[in-house]
Amino acid sequence: MSTAATAMLRVCTAAGCRSRGGEQLRRHCATAATEAATEAATEAMAAGAPPLRVKGVGCLGPCSDGPLLAVDAEDTTRLFGFAADQASGRARAERVAAGLQQRLRATGSAPAGAELGTWRPPGAHLIPADDPFLALQRRLVLERCGLIDPGELDDALAAGAYRQLRAVLEQDDPAAVIAAVQRSGLRGRGGAAYPTGLKWQAVAAMAGQRKLVVCNGDEGDPGAFMDRTVLEGDPHGVLEGMAIAALAVGADHGFVYVRAEYPLAIARVRRAIAQAQRRGWLGTAIGGSRHGFDVEVRVGAGAYVCGEETALIHSIEGRRGTPRPRPPYPAERGAFGLPTLINNVETFANIPVLLRLGCEVYGRGTKVFSLTGPVRRGGVLEVPLGTSLRTIVETMGGGSASGRPIKAVQTGGPSGGCVPASALDVPVDDASLRALGTLLGSGGLVVLDAGTDMVDLAAFFMAFSREESCGKCIPCRCGTVQLELLLRKLLARRGTAADLAELERLCAVVSSASLCGLGQSAPRPLLSTLRHFRPEYTALLNAEAGQPQAVQP
Amino acid sequence: MNVCSLRIDDRALTVAAGTSLLLAARRAGIVIPSLCHLDGLTPVGACRLCLVEVDTAGPLAACVTAAAEGMRVRTDTPLLRDIRRSLVEMLFSEGNHTCAVCIADGDCELQTMALRVGMDHNRLPGRFPSRTVDLSHPLFGLDHNRCILCTRCVRVCDEVEGAHVWDVGWRGERCRIIAGLDQPWGAVDSCSHCGKCVEVCPTGALFHKGSCGGDHPSHPERLAALLRGRRRQEGPP
Ligand SMILES: Cc1cc2nc3c(=O)[nH]c(=O)nc-3n(C[C@H](O)[C@H](O)[C@H](O)COP(=O)(O)O)c2cc1C
Ligand code: SF4
Ligand code: SF4
Ligand code: SF4
Ligand code: FES
Ligand code: FES
Repeated sequence: MSTAATAMLRVCTAAGCRSRGGEQLRRHCATAATEAATEAATEAMAAGAPPLRVKGVGCLGPCSDGPLLAVDAEDTTRLFGFAADQASGRARAERVAAGLQQRLRATGSAPAGAELGTWRPPGAHLIPADDPFLALQRRLVLERCGLIDPGELDDALAAGAYRQLRAVLEQDDPAAVIAAVQRSGLRGRGGAAYPTGLKWQAVAAMAGQRKLVVCNGDEGDPGAFMDRTVLEGDPHGVLEGMAIAALAVGADHGFVYVRAEYPLAIARVRRAIAQAQRRGWLGTAIGGSRHGFDVEVRVGAGAYVCGEETALIHSIEGRRGTPRPRPPYPAERGAFGLPTLINNVETFANIPVLLRLGCEVYGRGTKVFSLTGPVRRGGVLEVPLGTSLRTIVETMGGGSASGRPIKAVQTGGPSGGCVPASALDVPVDDASLRALGTLLGSGGLVVLDAGTDMVDLAAFFMAFSREESCGKCIPCRCGTVQLELLLRKLLARRGTAADLAELERLCAVVSSASLCGLGQSAPRPLLSTLRHFRPEYTALLNAEAGQPQAVQP
Repeated sequence: MNVCSLRIDDRALTVAAGTSLLLAARRAGIVIPSLCHLDGLTPVGACRLCLVEVDTAGPLAACVTAAAEGMRVRTDTPLLRDIRRSLVEMLFSEGNHTCAVCIADGDCELQTMALRVGMDHNRLPGRFPSRTVDLSHPLFGLDHNRCILCTRCVRVCDEVEGAHVWDVGWRGERCRIIAGLDQPWGAVDSCSHCGKCVEVCPTGALFHKGSCGGDHPSHPERLAALLRGRRRQEGPP
């Protein structure tokens, strides 16, 4: 796509790379490019060519190699990482910028970046375009992520943002939009995998003058950062999906709920909303039509349970974020008592894509995953639904990086479970993973190697659920405490077979009696490790413990 | 009136559509165990004691599930019995319940429930948390050791008295009933000293100062009578 004249440096400034000096790298490179252009102009005693464009972009994918830098020149794109570079962020930024300036100087007044085609940033290593991590992806939701500057609406517009919204406005046929979403088979990406078209239809069917659209960006699973990536890298894609949803269901107001721990995502969404409003893509009379759609950002207050839809509604209303029984579902009575459509970030981001491609080409769609743990290459990737877990972990992620074999992959966070290494050929879709006793969940994949103690892992997740329980219902508030106590007892080798049986009995009570998904799913990591790694539990049992002690006379 | 017919245990009955399963069962003479529910307050479905099995669906809370045409409801199955006993055991394990020296001994819904669900001993280890007693109010006291977080006090104060003195603070096992903005009860000006929270509290957590074991004046049933009287006085709309 890029020609010599439009050469460009794209530096990842998303949260992952930012923590490794990505923003510093971008700033130094930008300064170097400007200085080189000024020098060239002075030497030629003429108006010089515009400086090389250095753009801060969203996540480029293999975050573990970060900070990442893409060089677009001479019709090719080359991706560089600094995985082996031990320098500080500042030293690295200065070194790369010096190298860049030198190279640009050499080209003199030639178009900026003309000779970057062979340039290798000092200290960087090339991640070849045919690396499976990149080559096996199908980037639909992440299509613009890493290409555009998420702070510049023009960049997003040039790459196709809001085109589907325009088409939907022109057709002005909400039922057709819902039918298309239904035909696509899209299911919610927030964890419950509920058919999106059905949900839209339910909200559209509700009577009432006012309805709301809410985007769930609370993303609280440990090891999950897909939604953060989407919000940071292409906020307009999410806003466009929300606006289309609003037209389809007849809503005039929306909220993007983002957890407070994502300051960059919050800033970028806020900026995107302001820019879209200025250009008439949000606000009154969007795209010059008779429809209006306003969006506000709501910042979460640090509770995992606020991702549960009814708790999220309470939180938006300014109340304590605790779940309530359903029905009534949010479609009927949501925030402020109004019919409310709640979808996940990635679900909304899928909408413009599937409308553009049509059901045929869209196929089963994709899923964005965040891959972490001891793999050679980790980060964010988007693959067709149904790709095998082995392909993702071993081929794309490059397998174990610790020297120990992979033991299992944890999916679905504290609501999910483990896929043992022997079952890695499972295709990633909700039904297949449920059959294995886990969940697709929101898309966090945590790789565990042979060094992982599965009982300890179960205790970690139980402690998480215990800590994050809202405390409203007894089985979750008290049951998670009791379950963690029993796990700790086993880990301390003080547990007996009776304790193990009690553990299983309490799991059944907590999962069947709890009010919301948090409590209902809290036992799943435990049950899943019990199912696949039971010998690790029985090995901890202590036959003597609990026996009456002989009393010395 | 829109009505629906359903079966609860072995009884067939017809009730107004929208009636909760808890009330429908009561009409059929079946008293489903409950703790957080109180006639006259918004149901919250929090204690989970009223869980029933509906057809093949997993357990549902009877206090917040509406009766529907053709439903088949079971209120007493081995699964439900185990759940109920476990929930009561969890409550006893979570707080500090020493009935013999409790103001509510003999007049306590938790104690009665323990007997009802057959809790002859607690299978769960006690947590013995360190909790406080708030005696800052001139008339009443709050003993957090006995509180089961049913939120009846929160709801009656907000919905019936309109003072909204109470709320739940913190989360999970650290949850605690708080007055005002987590102030001593006596320092909260909006408290009108009406005593409704004390009256609806199912345990010995809220009490009249000066009363002692045996004369604990807990009268949750008075709330329904009060609301009936109010409605009569206000007349038809
Ligand atoms: C404890 C708990 C936490 C949740 N957290 C999230 C979350 O962070 N993000 C999300 O999109 N959905 C989350 N959900 C699921 C939501 O309740 C809801 O199903 C989802 O937002 C609907 O959107 P979707 O249909 O597009 O998936 C959570 C559910 C539970 C029970
Ligand atoms: S299951 Fe847990 S998080 Fe959900 S309502 Fe009950 S206590 Fe709260
Ligand atoms: S509140 Fe009830 S169960 Fe608790 S100690 Fe008092 S009488 Fe016993
Ligand atoms: S003080 Fe009494 S009424 Fe209030 S939550 Fe505790 S047990 Fe329930
Ligand atoms: S955050 Fe930079 S590549 Fe993922
Ligand atoms: S009475 Fe129904 S949940 Fe408490």
